[in-house]
Amino acid sequence: MSSAKTNKRFLSGDEAVAFAVKLSRPDVIAAYPITPQTVIVEKISEFVAAKEIDCQFLHVESEHSAMAASMGASLMGSRAFTATSSQGLLYMCEMLHYVSGSRYPIVMVNANRTVAAPWNIFGDHRDSLSQRDSGWIQIYVENPQEALDVTIQAFKIAENPQVSLPVMVNLDGFVITHTYELVEIPDQETVDKFLPPYQTTNKLDFDNPKSLSFTASPEWQTEFRYQQYEAMEAAKKIINQVDEEYGKIFGRSYGGLVQEYRCDDADYVLVAMGSVAGTTRLVVDKLRAEGKKVGLVKLRSYRPFPKEYFQDLGKKVKAVGVIDRDISFGYEGAVYTEVKAALFQPGSQVKTLNFIAGLSGRDITKENLTEMFTKLEAIDKGEKEDEVQFIGLRWA
Amino acid sequence: MKPKVVKDYKFPQSKEEMPFGPGSEAGVLIEVNSGWRTFRPVIDHEKCIKCLICWVICPDGVISKDTPQLEIDYDYCKGCGLCAHECPKKAITMVKEGENNEQC
Ligand code: SF4
Ligand code: SF4
Repeated sequence: MSSAKTNKRFLSGDEAVAFAVKLSRPDVIAAYPITPQTVIVEKISEFVAAKEIDCQFLHVESEHSAMAASMGASLMGSRAFTATSSQGLLYMCEMLHYVSGSRYPIVMVNANRTVAAPWNIFGDHRDSLSQRDSGWIQIYVENPQEALDVTIQAFKIAENPQVSLPVMVNLDGFVITHTYELVEIPDQETVDKFLPPYQTTNKLDFDNPKSLSFTASPEWQTEFRYQQYEAMEAAKKIINQVDEEYGKIFGRSYGGLVQEYRCDDADYVLVAMGSVAGTTRLVVDKLRAEGKKVGLVKLRSYRPFPKEYFQDLGKKVKAVGVIDRDISFGYEGAVYTEVKAALFQPGSQVKTLNFIAGLSGRDITKENLTEMFTKLEAIDKGEKEDEVQFIGLRWA
Repeated sequence: MKPKVVKDYKFPQSKEEMPFGPGSEAGVLIEVNSGWRTFRPVIDHEKCIKCLICWVICPDGVISKDTPQLEIDYDYCKGCGLCAHECPKKAITMVKEGENNEQC
């Protein structure tokens, strides 16, 4: 059980993130506001103005500058935080690679919002999933409480010397960022113990001058890329460890890379990221009450991807459906591609479907989710279904 | 004057010797880069008035003014030709490497 003293507040996801940032004591925050992330930046500004956070808050002119400034801060050995969304994330794209390649453990919260066009400010995962190969760890959360807990965890994961990679914490625009619920805020002293100040040798230092983010010739680039590959592999273990340790201290943990719900004897499983996991749990309970063997796999870490977990799942269940709040035009949902590739091991008989749903803030209802489970049962019974299905599409 | 090499650089011989990410101790010139050069700047000291425009303009800082005559460090001159282009007295000629072999 939790040994931490706590304090409950009615908070939105954005506000919960701001509290987590305050508790994590960053040295530098550089951010540019964008809906639906704006409240994070506003709330942090209030904390800084009230001297409740002792940090440099840089009001930058763009997201590209926000990430560049965070990188500058990190290369001085500072703990750096930033937040963005959608078009803003895409605008800092070049810097994302710079930061991960240089191994700076910056933490960024991304309020998931679709990307234009058509212009729309509501949530889906097309922004962050498009940055799959940027070398950032990507974790998706389900509600404001998890947003707070994972933002604190993110610093610990990122700064672990075996990892030393930046972490992007993703929360669904509006559904999490602007929805209020009771959130438990841990006390500062306990967080300080869990997350000591950032220590690194990967920084500029007058007494120990260094040349950082240098050029590597074709003869050497591969070795540096291999270091990043190994760090991501190590992150799989560290994400699980940090989540476990957090659970012991604060009383809440989330399963690390994935969190299962009623999967033990399940035949039909839905894989979901972010807020829709909550609704899916309710549907699983309802169908279980009717005797259906269904379950939910909440995929929390998209990078590193829990390949080993899905390789194992493919041997246990009859059919897997993947909900993608995304579509990779010309193929299928980006999450589906990854899950499917891991599920299909030699001898595996598992059947799969991809459900494209919740694009640009459209609700994924309980009825939609029930329909998905029904379709999984149908393909298992030998019925033909299109592999990629747009849920709730008016007409095809 | 040639830059002082603080320490001889040894390329990593094993995984353990790799630097952590693309960063390393400063003050070490890892490799001579004269291999990049197609043309070599050659100063005609008769024409040179020591205005030092070339010294300022050289992007690699390889022209030295600490010797009686200006000296170019051919180990690090990349042959960009900026010095020759900017010299008001046309005192610097870009000579193709391998032709008109002047010792460097
Ligand atoms: S620019 Fe020309 S004249 Fe001036 S110092 Fe250099 S070589 Fe001499
Ligand atoms: S050619 Fe370029 S690098 Fe070489 S001395 Fe002239 S300016 Fe410097």
